[in-house]
Amino acid sequence: MAQADVSTAPSQRSLDSLGQTGRTDAWWTGPIATALGLGGFIIYSTFRAFYNADYDFGEASQLLHVLEQARQPTGEISRHAHLLSPFYSPTIILGGSLAWVSPAFLILWAPGGFRLTCYYYRKAYYRAFFLDPAACAVGEPSGLCGFKRGRNYQGETRLLVFQNLHRYFMYVAVAFIVLLYLDVIYSCTWPVLDDSGAVTGHEFNASLGSLVLFVTTTLLALYTFSCHSIRHLIGGRLNCYPETATGNLRYRLWSIVSILNKRHMLFAWLSLFMVGFADFYVWMVASGRFTDSPFFS
Amino acid sequence: MNQPTTQDVTLEIFRGDDDGGEMVEYTVEVQEGMVVLDAIHAVQAQHAGDLACRWNCKAGKCGSCSGEVNGHPKLMCMDRLDNYEAGETITVRPMKTFPIVKDITCDVSWNFERNAKIQTLQPRADTDWQFTQREADRVQEFRKCIECFLCQNVCHVLRDHDRKEEFIGPRFLVRLASLEMHPVDDADRLEQVKDEFGIGYCNITKCCTEACPEGITITDNAIIPMKERLVDRYYDPVLWLWRKLTGKD
Repeated sequence: MAQADVSTAPSQRSLDSLGQTGRTDAWWTGPIATALGLGGFIIYSTFRAFYNADYDFGEASQLLHVLEQARQPTGEISRHAHLLSPFYSPTIILGGSLAWVSPAFLILWAPGGFRLTCYYYRKAYYRAFFLDPAACAVGEPSGLCGFKRGRNYQGETRLLVFQNLHRYFMYVAVAFIVLLYLDVIYSCTWPVLDDSGAVTGHEFNASLGSLVLFVTTTLLALYTFSCHSIRHLIGGRLNCYPETATGNLRYRLWSIVSILNKRHMLFAWLSLFMVGFADFYVWMVASGRFTDSPFFS
Repeated sequence: MNQPTTQDVTLEIFRGDDDGGEMVEYTVEVQEGMVVLDAIHAVQAQHAGDLACRWNCKAGKCGSCSGEVNGHPKLMCMDRLDNYEAGETITVRPMKTFPIVKDITCDVSWNFERNAKIQTLQPRADTDWQFTQREADRVQEFRKCIECFLCQNVCHVLRDHDRKEEFIGPRFLVRLASLEMHPVDDADRLEQVKDEFGIGYCNITKCCTEACPEGITITDNAIIPMKERLVDRYYDPVLWLWRKLTGKD
């Protein structure tokens, strides 16, 4: 038999401070997982940038051979194709009074800026680190780290207006994809040695290291080419696609990027994980803790 | 013929108005396949004839029965009771962002006032009204909007920061995108989108997309493309230089 029970509960109009919500699900798991994932990567990449060692292994690539001559590896190392951590690619050799500077800091600003201004990552870190909002229909703090919130919220209109420079970081990121694929080619270019150990030529081979670099670079390429700015520039900015070769091409490219764009978040996380793992793998090989053997004898 | 399965469901429903109120608990008998709106109607029929609730089509197409069920912005007519555990108390509140008229009914007139400020479709002088399907695809997605205002409700810029004067909200950024991307439209609304309608307040946290019962990809297909068009116009120094040198857009 149906019955009516009258009880009192807080009015819903009071739902206005951090974490107050009518939601009964585990809404906090998303921002916590994001904070752990992004925070962990930031800590690891910063540590590795300061570490400034064990970031490559094997014979230096042909392109870099002259620059690398001063520290050309010998013995066991010289018989391996060149493996280079993506954190330190392209190779930058600083001499003289700048020798103490980690080249990673001259490199990581570019992919870091690309991810910082990325439309997906903006959602991720605004939610996870700035709690703005932490989750949908969940109350926000009235202040954070001394900054007042509420009616003082400015969004991306003032301090954060720099986010609009995302497309410039994207241009640099595309150039990095080319460089990283060159690293994959170098990692498959193994030296051929004569009986005395001298290099007489090069041949194709592959190893777990080159496979890791290939997967990493491909995921980075998928993340980069699913970018919202590319989607706009390649065809999204048009309202009409004329029945011309150019119009057809731009529509087709826009359609392809749109398909990739639906998985932008997936590519963002996979590529972030793999780029960290690739650096870790090269670190382990370069420090002698793991042997990277070629697949084909 | 089999009798439909019945069971008791307990609901906590907000009773009151914009000056305050309380959550009141009701237990009603419901049948298999019913939705939250059915349960609300059962409460009206069995316990509280004065319970105010706006509804119309019961088919997820009129956008009238928007509310917050267990804290989630939803259409009550599309939220099946078997989504919830047996014995679970279901809370029903009005949309937080708008003033409450009575109980779970809100005054959403602010939305219509803002909508009136948007310049309607301005076809080119020589428009022949023929365009291809591939040009129509993008704006057709935006036509699915039923104006339930769940996206407006869940948008934290309006909900938590109360920037209703400065920010027009996701529903109307969708409408603006549908006009700006329309293949025969000739009007220029970008300055208005930036200044009067405050698209910069959106920090693309995508709650509007998550809440949309019609599955419109609001952030990725409407708001971000509009932001990119603003970058073209206001924040891209290379394009600015290109326009200065060539006179072309």
